[in-house]
Order: sequence, then C-alpha cells, then structure tokens
Amino acid sequence: MNGAVSFSLRSALRRLRVALAASFIGLLAGPALAGPLEDALTKLSTDKFDQTEAGIGEVVASGAPQAATIIEAMGDNRLLFKPGSVAIKTKDGKLVDAATMQPITDDFGYKPVRLNNRVRRALEAAVGATTLMSPDPAVRLSAAEAVFKSRDGGALPALDAAIAKEQNAKIKKALTEARAAVLLAKPDATDTEKVAAVETIAERGDQDSLALLNAAARDGSPIVKLAAESSIGAVARHLQVLNAIQNVWYGLSLGSVLLLAAIGLAITFGVMGVINMAHGEMVMLGAYTTFVVQEFIRAKYPALFGWSLPLALPLAFLVTAAVGVLIERGIIRFLYGRPLETLLATWGVSLILQQMVRTIFGPTNREVGAPSYMSGSFEFFGLAITYGRLWIVVFSLVVFLTLLVVMKATSFGLKMRAVTQNRRMASAMGIRTPWVDSMTFALGSGIAGIAGVALSQIDNVSPNLGQSYIIDSFMVVVFGGVGNLWGTFVAALTLGIANKFLEPLAGAVLGKIAVLVFIILFIQKRPRGLFALKGRAVEA
Amino acid sequence: MRTPITIRLLSDQRIAWFLAIMAVVIIAVPALNLLVPQGSAFHVPTYIVSLLGKYLAYAMLAVALDLVWGYCGILSLGHGAFFALGGYAMGMYLMRQIGPRGVYAHPVLPDFMVFLNWKELPITWWGFSNFGYAMLMVMLVPGLLAFIFGWFAFRSRVTGVYLSIITQAMTYALMLAFFRNDMGFGGNNGLTDFKDILGFNIQAQGTRVALFVLTGLFLVAAVLVSKFVTSSAYGKVLVAIRDAESRTRFLGYRVERFKLLVFTLSAAMAGIAGALYVPQVGIINPSEFAPGFSIEAVIWVAVGGRGTLVGAALGAVLVNFMKTWLTGAAPEFWLFGLGALFIVVTLFLPKGIIGTISQWRAARAERAASRVVPAE
Repeated sequence: MNGAVSFSLRSALRRLRVALAASFIGLLAGPALAGPLEDALTKLSTDKFDQTEAGIGEVVASGAPQAATIIEAMGDNRLLFKPGSVAIKTKDGKLVDAATMQPITDDFGYKPVRLNNRVRRALEAAVGATTLMSPDPAVRLSAAEAVFKSRDGGALPALDAAIAKEQNAKIKKALTEARAAVLLAKPDATDTEKVAAVETIAERGDQDSLALLNAAARDGSPIVKLAAESSIGAVARHLQVLNAIQNVWYGLSLGSVLLLAAIGLAITFGVMGVINMAHGEMVMLGAYTTFVVQEFIRAKYPALFGWSLPLALPLAFLVTAAVGVLIERGIIRFLYGRPLETLLATWGVSLILQQMVRTIFGPTNREVGAPSYMSGSFEFFGLAITYGRLWIVVFSLVVFLTLLVVMKATSFGLKMRAVTQNRRMASAMGIRTPWVDSMTFALGSGIAGIAGVALSQIDNVSPNLGQSYIIDSFMVVVFGGVGNLWGTFVAALTLGIANKFLEPLAGAVLGKIAVLVFIILFIQKRPRGLFALKGRAVEA
Repeated sequence: MRTPITIRLLSDQRIAWFLAIMAVVIIAVPALNLLVPQGSAFHVPTYIVSLLGKYLAYAMLAVALDLVWGYCGILSLGHGAFFALGGYAMGMYLMRQIGPRGVYAHPVLPDFMVFLNWKELPITWWGFSNFGYAMLMVMLVPGLLAFIFGWFAFRSRVTGVYLSIITQAMTYALMLAFFRNDMGFGGNNGLTDFKDILGFNIQAQGTRVALFVLTGLFLVAAVLVSKFVTSSAYGKVLVAIRDAESRTRFLGYRVERFKLLVFTLSAAMAGIAGALYVPQVGIINPSEFAPGFSIEAVIWVAVGGRGTLVGAALGAVLVNFMKTWLTGAAPEFWLFGLGALFIVVTLFLPKGIIGTISQWRAARAERAASRVVPAE
C-alpha cells in the first residue's frame, strides 16, 4: 500500500521533471539538434513510451549510418539519456554520443531509455528495417527474408527506402517480394497495390508464397481474391514440379546407396548362384575400416584428415576382399551345388562377424567424421543439394562404370561372364572356375567394403549396419535379375525413386511395405528378374 | 494289403522313441512340479515348466518347417511370420479376456487402443472374445496367407533361393506393418498383460502346467500328422518334387498343387505353435516377425536333421536350451556359438543329429550284413 503510493508519487514527480527538461531543451538547444536523426533522438530522450516509439521509427527513417547501432543498443538497454544528450554505452562500457558518435567523457546523470512491450515490438521491426540498409549484402538479404516472413507493416517505409537504394538485383528482388508480402498483409493497402503484390508473390513461387496467396484469396477484396486465385494454380503447379524433381533427386540418392550395397551381391549371386547373407557385414566391415583409418589419421596426422576417405577406400576394399576370400575358401567352396545351405552358412558367418565387431569396437555407434568436401550444401534451381549425397551418387556411378569396364573389357570379366552363363561349358573351355569363384567373391566383397566407406558418411556405423541393408540389397538383386549389372543398376534406381515417391503418399513404412509387396508380386511375373539371362536350360 | 495307420506309424523306430520320450516328459514334468514339494531337489519350478513349454512350441514350429523344407525342398525363411500370426490371434483373444481389468478399465477396448484415443474396436478384432473363433483364426490366418502367397509363388515357379528371399521379404514386410500403431495390433509393444484364458488365471501354476501338457500333446499330434502326410502316397510325390522338381512335373504331377497344400498345412501348424507359445511367454510383439527369428528356426531343423521330423523337434529344444544357457552364462558368446552352429552343421553335419545317427546305424548294419554274406 505504502509502496504503491510512493511509487505513483515518484513517477509523477519524474514526469514533471522530464516535461520541464524537454521544454527546456526545446527552447535552448533547438538549433543544435537540427536534422532528422537529432529530432528522433530528442524523442527518445523524452522518457515517454509513445514518444520513444515514434522516435524509433524516425531513427530508422533518418537513414543515418549509426541507426542500426542505436537500435541495437536500445534493445540491449544500452541506450542512455540525460536531458539534451543521448548516449550509447558500447559493449566495453564506454559512452559515445549517439548523434555524433564521439566519446563522452562526462558520464554523469545518464540513465537508460525505458522500454515497454509496445516499444519492444517497434524495436524488433526496426532491427529488421535497419539491417535492410546494412553495407553487408548477406545481412541485407536475410533481413529482406525476415521481413517477408514477419510481414510487419512498420517496415514499409524502410523497405521503400532500401529498394530505392539497392544495387544488387537478387537483393532487390527479395526486397520487392518482402514489400509485396507486407502490402498483402496490410489492411489499409489499396486493391491496386495488392493486385501488384499478388503478381510479385506469384513469381516467387515457393511454399511460403503459396500460403500468402491462399490467405489473400481467403481474406482479400473481390479483385484481390480473383488475382490471387488465378495465380494459385500456377504456383501450385510449379511447386508440384519442384517437388517431383526433389523426389527424383532423393530417390536417385537412395538408389545409388542401394546400388552400392547390392552390386557386389549381384555379382556373386550371378556368377556363383549363392546368396551371401554375410554381404551386409562386408559393408559394415568397410565402414569400420573407415573408422579405424580416421582414428589413426586423427591421432597421427591430423593435417591429412581430408584424405581419410580416399585412403580408406583401397584399404576397405583389401580388408573385405581378404575376408571374402577366406569365407569362400573356408566355407562356400564346400557347399557348391547346395545354394540353400550356403545361405545358412553365410548367415552364420554374418552373426560371427557382427559379434566380433561388437566385441572389438563395442555395441554403440562409432563416429565417422565428414571431411569438409562432404559437408554443406548448395542450391540448384530451388533444390537444396547436400555435398555428401552428391558425392555418393557420383561415387556409386564411378563404381558401377568401373565394374562395367571390368566385366566387359578385361579377361577376368570375360571369364566371369562365361561362368555365369554356363559353368560347365566354361570349365570345359579351360577356365579355372574355382579360381574365378574365389576372385569373384573377393571382388563382390571388396565392393561391399567400399560401399561401407561411402555409407559411413550417411549412416550410423554400428555392428548392425549390414543388417539394415541386406534385405534391401536382396530385393534389388532379385528385382534386377542376376548376371547383369544393368539390371542391378535399373533396379536400384527404380526402387530408390519408387520409395521416395511413395513416402509422401503413404508414409515411410507403408511405402517400404508397398515396395516389398510389389517385388514379391513382380517375382511371380518374372521369376528371374527384370533382365534375366536368356537360355534354354530347364532348372534342375 | 495295407497295414493300419497306427501300426505303420509305430513301426517307425524314430516315431516310437519320440512318443516314448514325449510320454515321459508330459507325465514327469507336471508330476515333478505339482507333486514334489518345493524344497525338494527334484522339484521343477513353474517357470521352468513354462520355459519347457516354450521349447515345445518352438519344436512344433520346427516340425512345421521340416515338413516343407525337409520333404518338399521349400526353404521358407518366413515361417516365423505364420508362427507370429497364430500368436497374434491368440494374443487378441487373451486381450479381449482382460475386459474392464485393464489400466484404463475400458469395458471393450484394450489399453493401447484407449491410449491411442480409439473410440471403437476395429473390424479385425471382432469376434476375438469368442475362443472358438480365435482358435479358428489361429489356423485360418496363417493358412490363408500361406495359401495366397504359395498360390502366386508356386504357380509362377519361383523356386530355390528366390523363394527363400521372397519369404524373407514377406516376413520383413509384416514386421514393418505390425510395428505401426495404426495397424491396431499394439505396435511396438505388441500384446501383453494377459489375465486369463478360458476363465483360468494365466499366471496360476495349474494353468501353466495344463498349457505345457497341451503344447506337448499338440507337438505329438504335429509329428504324427506330418509323419502320416509324408509317408502317404502324397508324401512320396513331395519327396520327388524335392529331389527333381522338373522331372516330377514332366511325369504329369501338378507340382504347384502339391507344394501349395503342404505349405498351407505347414503354415497352419506354425500358427498353432504360435498360439501355444503366447500364453506361456505372456507377450507377442513384432520381433517374432524379424527375419532373424525365421532363419534361426531353420537352423533348429538343420541341427536336428532335415527331413526327420523328430530331429526338427530335437534340434529346436537343443538349440533353445543352449541359447537360454549361453545368454545367461556368457551373453557375448551366444552369437558366436549360433553363428558357428550354422557353419558347422551345414559343413559337417548336413544330415543333422538324427540323420547322422541313422546313417551310422545304416552303415553298421551294412557292414554287419557284408560280414555275414561271405560266410554263407
């Protein structure tokens, strides 16, 4: 009770004092404070909220170079005043005069300019408006985007000023769009202004503009409504196309991952007719090789970190190819002609490899870092493309083409194809089929290993890494047909893109189920896959 | 002249041994649990009874798998799906039996549906409060899935590795589907918190022993039915298909029909095994659909002996006993052990335990015979 009384008394006294001071300044110091910035500063030093609010707008409109600094200082409670002077307290605690930006030595009697919620709102808008004038183009662009999003009517004068001054075409476009957005949201803008704004927004053509146009079509006057409705269709179509392109890109990216994981499997399955259930674990081993290489480089030669992936590639190939030869010589060799038993034995191998890695490296995810060229993204016709994905697409294509060359242009590839087509005939022609088997298995495993290097960049490196790819890889192989790299290629990309187109329609899990069901049905129609080897042999 | 079926079955030494052992187990385990006092060294605790019951349910799954793999050469990597579907049918019955005793005390809806804000029972759940209907579904749902799947697969002559892969894809797709909450089968958590079955408390000692005995009897029935099927004329054609499918087809047999029938029968059998498994374990969740589980079931059959039926049951019990023991004693070694088992059995014991024993005995008999011949 007592406190409330004393408070009101004190504030009344202060108001009186400030009013006196203001009139005093007006009388005595009028000429000294001429100019728009000075007028604005006068308003800031009145200690009245409505005056302060108006002053903020004027500071911005003055276009003075220190406007942004003043607004920023005010937001941080670092704008001080005493009658006749407004000062900025810099971040290191010194005072400078807001009008002249000269240091102030006599800091006696300054107190902060007070803020309330309305003033704070005005400040926020002012921050956007002042940054519109910033000398840094990036700051101007992001400020334009911020205004576009906030659609704050108060920024309109600043926008107009900024558009008039702007030289950079891209920023000018962003500013114009922001202005159009503000006009559309502004209740008192004329219909002509709004219709022009609709056109500008429609040209922008993204999700935000669609939302703005929808709002305009809902709330606008009949003319604006008509204009908005006619452009909504075009924007929606544009967005659909963009969306489709994006899905294709994501699909290609997923497809290239599938291609990497499945292509080694396709080779071994094609040549030897055995399903290698441990194939996923080869991918996992490749990823762990990358991890080990990176840890080694980090510890010994940190400068070479960017080279860790290129160094890991041959190593991963060698490690997994060696493991592959071991499996082939140690187990699979004894099971030829019994594909189902091979399947079981290699499943056993996969369990052992998983547990081995779990014992050595622990069950948790291991961190494989991304070198600088693998991180970041760039914009391509409205598509955000990450470098990591891009490199994986490129890498899988390179691997695919290399394999194609190996298959078509080397003597080893010729032998491999001969064995795929007719094992006994090839053997009769003098091809050492057991040797071809071993080398094929090594090659297939090695490719799985380098797939692991790539996948370590986009997936968790854990002992279960292989398990998550094995079923998808099988699907790719049976869909594509064995003994034909192109089949695998087409199958991987088709499945990748199909998956990504189904995802938004049905959700990720249902989309995946749909793809699985599709493959099960597809196999009924073409039991040997898309690109089956032609022959007359009846299956035994 | 044909000998009566019972005599024919009993004249098979393996079956006779199996029946004898099962008779002992079915009588001895409940007796040691119910009659021997708790402190005694011979007392079998109730949890062990349920554990053994679980093994027997697995054994039944193995027998079902052996019927298609051992006798018809269809390596199904998706039998876990049929097992789990049977289990879900039973689980749905048990869920409906909870009635208003759930956490949310809703008179009709199971807890997870109340939790998901569902207002009424989805159509898939209708009728499951009726035991007869639920038991029909236990066989019908897996059987129907197998029939449809087999209808497509066998007619278009998908065989060998391809068939294995698509059965695996089937169970994987089902696993993904059952993980979804929208499916209305409890999503990730599956079905659990069962209270009673046919009015008997599911936790009670008596119920558990009864379930064990029932599982044992069903296992015996499964082996006998499979034996009957495989030793019939129909079974001979199955073996012919296994050994030379094209030749059998060229002889005029409609191979796909033979395969379809045995595949459907086997799936229904797996469904029953799943239904017996669920009340003893107390939970059914989508992990039973995991491809790994189905492959494990294949190794049970391989360990015991493919194409011997009894061996499949033996393998299931042995491997699962090892699993229980190893995962308790040295968990990190279980996967090594299981992996090694896959390799060792396929490389060195292709006929499995029972098959190898038969082989030894046959070889010994032959040696004995050859020793006798010169003397004549």
